[in-house]
Amino acid sequence: MSPLNEEQGKEYWRRNLSLMLKLLTIWFIVSYGFGIILVDVLNQIKIGGYQLGFWFAQQGSIYVFLGLIFYYAKRMAALDKEFGVEEDE
Amino acid sequence: MDLQTLTYVVVGFTFALYIGIAIWARAGSTKDFYVAGGGIHPIQNGMATAADWMSAASFISMAGLIALSYGGYGGSVFLMGWTGGYVILAMLIAPYLRKYGKFTVPEFIGDRFYSNSARTVAVICLIICSVTYVIGQMKGVGVAFSRFLEVDYDTGLYVGMTIVFFYAVLGGMKGITYTQIAQYCVLILAYTIPAIFISLQLTGNPVPQLGLGSTLVGTDVYLLDKLDMVVTDLGFKEYTTNVRLSGINMFAYTMSLMIGTAGLPHVIIRFFTVPKVKDARSSAGWALVFIAILYTTAPAVAGMARLNLIDTLGGEDGQGLIIEDRPVWFKNWEKTGLLNFDDKNGDGRIQYSADKEVNEMVKIDNDIMVLANPEIAKLPNWVIALVAAGGLAAALSTAAGLLLAISSAISHDLLKGILTPNISEKAELNASRIAMAFAIAGAGYLGLNPPGFAAGTVALAFGLAASSIFPALMMGIFSKSITKEGAIAGMVGGIGVTLFYVFQHKGIMFIPDTAFLGDTLPNWFLGIEPNAFGVVGAAVNFTVAFVVSRVTAEPPQEVQDLVEHIRVPVGSGEANAH
Repeated sequence: MSPLNEEQGKEYWRRNLSLMLKLLTIWFIVSYGFGIILVDVLNQIKIGGYQLGFWFAQQGSIYVFLGLIFYYAKRMAALDKEFGVEEDE
Repeated sequence: MDLQTLTYVVVGFTFALYIGIAIWARAGSTKDFYVAGGGIHPIQNGMATAADWMSAASFISMAGLIALSYGGYGGSVFLMGWTGGYVILAMLIAPYLRKYGKFTVPEFIGDRFYSNSARTVAVICLIICSVTYVIGQMKGVGVAFSRFLEVDYDTGLYVGMTIVFFYAVLGGMKGITYTQIAQYCVLILAYTIPAIFISLQLTGNPVPQLGLGSTLVGTDVYLLDKLDMVVTDLGFKEYTTNVRLSGINMFAYTMSLMIGTAGLPHVIIRFFTVPKVKDARSSAGWALVFIAILYTTAPAVAGMARLNLIDTLGGEDGQGLIIEDRPVWFKNWEKTGLLNFDDKNGDGRIQYSADKEVNEMVKIDNDIMVLANPEIAKLPNWVIALVAAGGLAAALSTAAGLLLAISSAISHDLLKGILTPNISEKAELNASRIAMAFAIAGAGYLGLNPPGFAAGTVALAFGLAASSIFPALMMGIFSKSITKEGAIAGMVGGIGVTLFYVFQHKGIMFIPDTAFLGDTLPNWFLGIEPNAFGVVGAAVNFTVAFVVSRVTAEPPQEVQDLVEHIRVPVGSGEANAH
C-alpha cells in the first residue's frame, strides 16, 4: 500500500494534476493555438525566412514538446522526493 | 563498386548485425520475452522507442506527403500529431502503467475494469489497430527490397520475415530492443546525411532546420519565399499557408494522431522495459529527442526536395524540361513507376502544372521526395545504399514491435490470462514464441496479398487506437468510478463509430463499391476526413463510458485501491510479485 495517508495522497495527486494542467495548456497553445488557430495572425511576423505560424506548426511546437516532457519529469522527481514516494536506487 | 553491389553490401552488413544481436540477446524467461527483463536504461529505451514508432511511412513517405499530397503547411498535422502524443504519453499514460508493472496493455484494462470481458475486448481492439498498422510495414519491406535491390517484392518480403523471425522469436522484447537501437542508428544516419548535403547545396547552411529558414545560395531571396512563388506560378496553392481542407479538419487530424500515439499498445509496452516510474517519464522525453531529429528534418527535406524537383522540371530556360535532356536519376525512377510523364502537346518538353489539362508530369509519387534525394543532390553511391538500409530498418523495427504487441496479447492475455491460467512459465514462454511465429506468418500473408486499402492505413491505425484504447486507459487511471460495463461499452462504441465512419466513406472492409456515402467533402461530418475521425470516436467512447457507469454498480473497493496504488511511484516491486 501507499506510504501516504489519505490527506497526503490527495495532496500529492492534486499537485501532480495541477502541474500537468499547466503544461498541457502550453502544449495546446503552441500546437493548436499557434500552429492552427492563430496561424494567419502569427504569419504576419517573420523570423529569418520562416513565417512564425508556419514555424510553430513545422518546428517550434516540437521543440516546446521536448521541453515540457523533461520539465515534467524533473518536477515530478522532486515531488516524489518531497512526499517520500520515490523508488529506491 | 557499382551501386547494386554496394547496396547489397550495406544492407547485408546491417542484416548480419541484426542477426548477431538476435543470437546474443536471447530471452530466458517470460519477463525477458515481454519486457526485456525490465532493466533497459531510459536513454536506450528512448532510442528503441523512436525506431519502434517511426515506421516506413515516417521514413520513406512523410516528407513527400508534406511536400506533395498535403501541399506544405497542411502536412503540419503529421509533424505536430506524431510528436505531441509523447507529451500525453509522458504525463498521462506511461508512468502509471509502468507502476502497475505487468506485461501487456489488455492486462491493465482487464484488472482495472475487473473483468475478463474487458480484457478480451481490449485484445480485439489491440489486434485491429496493430494488424492495420503492420500491413503497411510488411509492404514497406517488400517495396524497399524491390526498388533498391531489384529482387521481386515477394522475395524481399520473405527475406524481411526471416530476419524478424530470428530476433523476435529468439529474443522477444529483449532481442527487439537491442536491434531497434541498431536500427535507429542506421535510419537516422540515412535520413540526415542526404538532408545535410541538400541544405548545404541550396542554402549554404549545413543544419536543415535552419536551412529551411535561410536565403538561397548567392541570392538574398529566402528559400520559402522562392518556394511560395514557384508553386503559385505553377497554379498550386501557396506552400506555407496551404490548409488541409479546413482548420477544423486539421485540428481533428492532429488530435487523432496525438491521442492515437498515446494509445498504441506497441509504443506503450516499450515503457514497461525501464526500471522505474521516473525512468518512464524521462524515457518518453528521450524517445521524442530521437524522433525530433527526424521530424524537424523532414519538413526541410520536403520543402527543399519540392524546390529541387520544380527546378529540374522547369528545364534550363524555365520553359519545361527537354525530354531528351532529362537526368539519369529521372530515368531510373521512371522504371520503378514512381515518376511518369506524358508529352500531351508533343513539344518535346515536360510541362509541370497544377492544371490537370496541361500538366504532363502524370505521376510524382510521394516517396520520390526521400528516395531520389541523394541522386538529385549528386551524392556518392554509398549514401544511396544507406538510404535503402535506412528504409528497411524503419520498416523492420516497427513491424517487430507491432508483432510483439500482437503475440503477447495472444500468449499472455488470451492463453495465460483467460483460457489456461495454470500453464507454467516455461510453457508460456514457448507459447509466446509460437504466437510470435504465427503473427509473423500472418503479417507476411497480408503483406503478400495486401487488401486494397493497404496504402494510407497508417493514419487509420492511429484513429482506431485513439478511439478505443486511449480513452479506456485514461479513464482507468484518472477515474475511480468508471465501471466495467462503462469501459466495455465505451471501447466498443468508440472503435465502432470510427470504423463505421471509415467504412461508409471508403467502403465496407474498404471494398470501394460498398461505400454508401461518397468520400468527398460535402458528405463528411463537420468536414472531417475519415483519417482524422479518431478524435470523434474517442469523444463517443468517453461519453458512453461515463453514461453507462452512472447507471451500473460502482467498482469494488480493491479496484479503487488499485487506482490509488498506480498513482504513486513507490512500491512497484510489490505489483510484480503477484
